[in-house]
Amino acid sequence: MAALPPPFDQWFADRGWQIHPHQHDMLAASSQPALLLIAPTGGGKTLAGFLPTLLELADGSHKGLHTLYISPLKALAADIRRNLGRPIADMALPIRVEDRTGDTSYTQRRRQRADPPHILLTTPESLALLLSYPDAPRMFSGLSRVIVDEIHALAESKRGDQLMLCLARLSTFAPTLRRVGLSATVDDPHAIARYLARHPDPCRILMADPGPDPDIAMLECDEAPPWAGGGGRYAIPAILNEVKRHRITLIFHNTRAQAELFFRDLWLANDEALPIGIHHGSLAREQRERVEAAMVAGSLRAVVCTGSLDLGIDWGCVDLVIQVGAPKNVKRLVQRIGRANHRYNAPSKALLVPANRFEVVECQAALQAVLDHDLDGEPRGPGPRDVLCQHILIAACAGPFGADDLYAEVTSAGPYHTLTRPDFDACLNFIATGGYALRAYDRWQRLILKDRLWQLRDPRATQPIRMNIGTITASETLKVQIKGRMGGAGLGEIEEDFAATLTSGDTFLIGGEVVRFESLREMVVEVTRAPGRKPKIAVFSGTKFATSTRLTERILTLFRQPDWPELPRPVSDWLALQRAVSRLPEQDRLLVESFPHDGLHHTCFYGFAGRNAQQTLGLLLTKRMEDHHLHPLGFVATDYATLIWGLDPVTDPAPLLSPNHLRDGLETWLGGNAVMKRTFRSAALIAGLIERNLPGKRKSGRQATFSSDILYDTLRKYDPDHLMLQVTREEALRGLVDFGRIEAMLERIGGRIDHLVLDHVTPLAAPMLLEMGKVPVQGAGRERLMAEAADRLMDAARLNRPLPKGVRSGTNEA
Amino acid sequence: MNGYAFTLQGAALVALGTGALHWPDQRLLVVSDLHLGKADRIARRGGTLLPPYETQDTLLRLEADIERTHATTIVALGDSFDDMAAADDLPETGRLWLTRLMAGRRWIWIAGNHDPAPQGLGGSHLASFLLPPLTFRHNALATATAEISGHYHPKARLGGGVRPCFLMDQTRVILPAYGTYTGGLHCTAPELQTLMGDDALAVLTGARPLVMPMPSLQVPAVASTSSR
Repeated sequence: MAALPPPFDQWFADRGWQIHPHQHDMLAASSQPALLLIAPTGGGKTLAGFLPTLLELADGSHKGLHTLYISPLKALAADIRRNLGRPIADMALPIRVEDRTGDTSYTQRRRQRADPPHILLTTPESLALLLSYPDAPRMFSGLSRVIVDEIHALAESKRGDQLMLCLARLSTFAPTLRRVGLSATVDDPHAIARYLARHPDPCRILMADPGPDPDIAMLECDEAPPWAGGGGRYAIPAILNEVKRHRITLIFHNTRAQAELFFRDLWLANDEALPIGIHHGSLAREQRERVEAAMVAGSLRAVVCTGSLDLGIDWGCVDLVIQVGAPKNVKRLVQRIGRANHRYNAPSKALLVPANRFEVVECQAALQAVLDHDLDGEPRGPGPRDVLCQHILIAACAGPFGADDLYAEVTSAGPYHTLTRPDFDACLNFIATGGYALRAYDRWQRLILKDRLWQLRDPRATQPIRMNIGTITASETLKVQIKGRMGGAGLGEIEEDFAATLTSGDTFLIGGEVVRFESLREMVVEVTRAPGRKPKIAVFSGTKFATSTRLTERILTLFRQPDWPELPRPVSDWLALQRAVSRLPEQDRLLVESFPHDGLHHTCFYGFAGRNAQQTLGLLLTKRMEDHHLHPLGFVATDYATLIWGLDPVTDPAPLLSPNHLRDGLETWLGGNAVMKRTFRSAALIAGLIERNLPGKRKSGRQATFSSDILYDTLRKYDPDHLMLQVTREEALRGLVDFGRIEAMLERIGGRIDHLVLDHVTPLAAPMLLEMGKVPVQGAGRERLMAEAADRLMDAARLNRPLPKGVRSGTNEA
Repeated sequence: MNGYAFTLQGAALVALGTGALHWPDQRLLVVSDLHLGKADRIARRGGTLLPPYETQDTLLRLEADIERTHATTIVALGDSFDDMAAADDLPETGRLWLTRLMAGRRWIWIAGNHDPAPQGLGGSHLASFLLPPLTFRHNALATATAEISGHYHPKARLGGGVRPCFLMDQTRVILPAYGTYTGGLHCTAPELQTLMGDDALAVLTGARPLVMPMPSLQVPAVASTSSR
């Protein structure tokens, strides 16, 4: 191994450190146009990324910006700045490092554009904003390296697509720019490499030693898991016991609501008052920072958390990770497990806690997958066009551009290298004129063509465009604050829709505290503390992950075994009973069971397509059943099955499952569904068709602002082929609608449907009856429900007072 | 047709599920806050380019209501156009369509805050219109009796859904916004609570209008509190 130059060699030696092989490899390959490092957490990944930069800058000859570091988390940028500060100070290197995020002050940001540091640490959104200024070419022309941290996480979302478009732009300003990606263990490193590199540049992949296999098991409890539901609260005594036996435990949950409920019950059982905190994305930043600081200081014994701790700060001393609820996805489970024992070459220790009996099977399948290094991954489609639309707007903010140049640049980005010119032109046309079939906007173009260059018609438009940069489109949230503490620290945020359902005196959980809703003031939810009260649960939309395709395959494989000695007895008995009275679902067939229960006809479709797809299947099947006059009344969906109940029996499920009819249903009937409207809203926000409700605007907007649902309905009626509807339909193949997995399921079963008509509920279907989230069938039913609710209110009101004098006995004329 | 029939100071009225108010004895139809040309105005001001179909959609619904009620007098309660320029720049198709609807009918444009007096479209332009016992104006007066107005775009929440609604008590009716591109103000907003009496009703628009007591301030609604 070649030696490091003196100050570095000395610096490592002073610490008794040795350079890791992959850090050395990164150094040796640093002239490559693109490099991807795959390393487990704690593998000195960040230093491996920065070492070449520090070496290149050590002689002080480089002027201006040299390296741009991009991370998905603001907190990570600040953390890296502190970590880099140490070697730079120790070796007295002439290197200036600064971070730039949404939290950076206005003056600091202005100065950074005029006089950039050598190393700038930022986020994808802040980079996109920097690129929207006309001085971007000057700022970045000397840029030498760009480091994308946690690229595996970015590549899963539109933030990554936007970032890759931004990198394409940077490469235009600095043609010799080298790209470095840092990634956790993934299923398909080549896909990430192609995503990162400038097309068609090669991208070398370096693999760090993955370290020893994790020490992973299912948590043994005295009590068997419940039949249905989530949260794993039955396991609290056993979990507390583990917390006591370890220094710091991270307790991961799949949803924020479950984390809140679990945290509260954990504290009720915490007799020794062990210091335990909670951390999730809906808590106020101050709250989260307090927990993070306490972790670093070593004053906490456990943190109940969600995906908000999947990435980021290296806690170092965590020695146990507990995953409550089925992990849904093996790759994420491996990454979570990696949070424990960050010391290289020490095995990470993890325990899985299935929340119900079916999850025992899923946990067993996941456990085996981890040991087999069999990671799951859903291939990403081509770069979405709503992100491209925003990129075109950003380009226009920076100054006039030629369509040919921008097309060439965009197709050099990995996710967009297959973008056709007509598709690009459609996006440009959308930004320039709205792209409507009815060309009413010739007079009111957003972009105009002058001297073969596109530019903003109204230069003042740059400000709202800059304020709307980004691809994160969470639903509107409201701050929660203790009443009477003006400007005091908030507790966190709840969703506007949930806030709207609250009435004075209602209680809900946030940050592990029960609070009482008092009032709403200036878009702030004011509460008082209400310890000891029973909470109405806060609803967070925190994504409900669907079980991955790979993991469901493993579950179906497990079902094929003659018996299950590796599973706890109650679970293996349960599966054996299912096999005896009905059958177990199989990979290439669809099991459908019909049975009477509670005076209604029930039918269960074991599609194993993941929660979102099974939910969509429920919507489509109940519509088909309504058309067949089977009078469905409702359904419930899990990751594995959809259970539908109604007034009439299903005698033949095959016609209900005809692919063509289901596809038509997606186009026509499901098109008007709220989930599709949410999908549209997100695409319309990203593409710049609508603007975010910014705090100031929201206040004055009221009557003037109208729901994006109206735009969606209008487009469907008058312009069904509009770009935004095309994007919405594309998005519906994944995400909340996930129609792609319904299609994959139908293909997998190839018409092989086993319909079993039984006398009573089957063992596998029984837990479905206990599931939360039952969906009443919409349509005429909804009108009737609303009418009944209105009548009840009128009745109640009439009891209390006579009708107003001027208003005489109203009647509904029908 | 679907409507909620009631009497205001002796006038027999029907609140239609579409958001229009029908006075059969006078063969009169009232609509409020059409906001025609909204997409145009936003685009003109350098904002986003919304689907330019709202004028078409609003007029389509208005035409259907006129045909169904056989109304001979139409009162547009103000904010008929999103601004003055939108009235002047109404696309040719929209202008012809309006002219056709207006032909042979008495058409009264009440001035709104967005469109003080749209010119060049014919019809009468009034600040308010009196047809005893009722007075029609854009923005309700606290002291008025037997008044029909618009302006606020009231909406109400019921059973998990939110819909535009009529508000009515013994002295007044406030109409929902009729225009396609319109939002709303929750009827729990202080300004609406102050205007309406304790015994006010809300009639929600929809395929079948739904009647309920006007929700009061005890049920706080999110969008309503920002004005304090």
